[in-house]
Amino acid sequence: MNSIHDMGGMDGMGPVEIELDEPVFHSDWERQVAGMFFATIIAGVYNDDEFRQARERLHPAKYLRYSYYHQWLLAIQRLLIEKNLVTEQEVDARMKSFAGKGVR
Amino acid sequence: MTHSHDDDDPALRVKALLSLLVEKDVVRAEALDAIVDAYETKIGPRNGAKVVARAWVDEGYKHRLLSEGTSAIAELGFSGAQGENMVVVENTAQRHNLVVCTLCSCYPWPVLGLPPTWYKNAPYRSRAVREPRELLREFGLELDEDVEVRVWDSNAEIRYLVLPQRPAGTGDMSEEELAGLVTRDSMIGTGKALPRRPSL
Repeated sequence: MNSIHDMGGMDGMGPVEIELDEPVFHSDWERQVAGMFFATIIAGVYNDDEFRQARERLHPAKYLRYSYYHQWLLAIQRLLIEKNLVTEQEVDARMKSFAGKGVR
Repeated sequence: MTHSHDDDDPALRVKALLSLLVEKDVVRAEALDAIVDAYETKIGPRNGAKVVARAWVDEGYKHRLLSEGTSAIAELGFSGAQGENMVVVENTAQRHNLVVCTLCSCYPWPVLGLPPTWYKNAPYRSRAVREPRELLREFGLELDEDVEVRVWDSNAEIRYLVLPQRPAGTGDMSEEELAGLVTRDSMIGTGKALPRRPSL
């Protein structure tokens, strides 16, 4: 598939930003996204190639704007919805309910 | 399909998805932490450093590593996801190797752990194949003009590991001490192995 992820040779992306002594995860939610990835791929919900393609199917503007684990999160969500394991409405409702209870 | 709220809080979204997955018995809550723990504490560039140090002290191992990377790395106990097809490329005085994944963020997890943010972001991925020398300067690595640079772009199957040059003056060091000179960046190709610290 030909989209923004195919970055080799593109100009204009700026300098590399190197973080010294970078932690494996920068926040709890990144860690939880990684946990969800490992748990669902091991459970056979999807395979590597499906996951990679789900990331590539993100809208190009989102692909550029979102951090790496945010991309993972939306890719996993899309696969879960496409495989009828959750619905968008369920996710929205659960998020609203958690937000109402002050869950962070 | 639209995800109207994609922009909102990822922390809330992942909690919502996880609670639904546990409720529906797709995943078990206990399964979520174990593997992530391993990537935080056990699976990282110290594994790759052991592979490199072994190759520096054992010519037979080095030969196996460069010809059959996956099985040679497995000899030291490192294998699994994202390390199923390993190709090891050797740096020499004449040739410097650099690894990138322009399409994605492919990285040899069993020997290096999860990749740093810069490896996954657009500047590194776009520029590594076009202006590697300039890019390497941003990492503090200046290569002589007569050193050839080879850039290896990972694909869906193959994962690359750079075998850095053994630093000069380390002939008497043990394998374990040598592993201490091997940095993550030296195995990606964005750095060199550390020089020996002057003895006190």
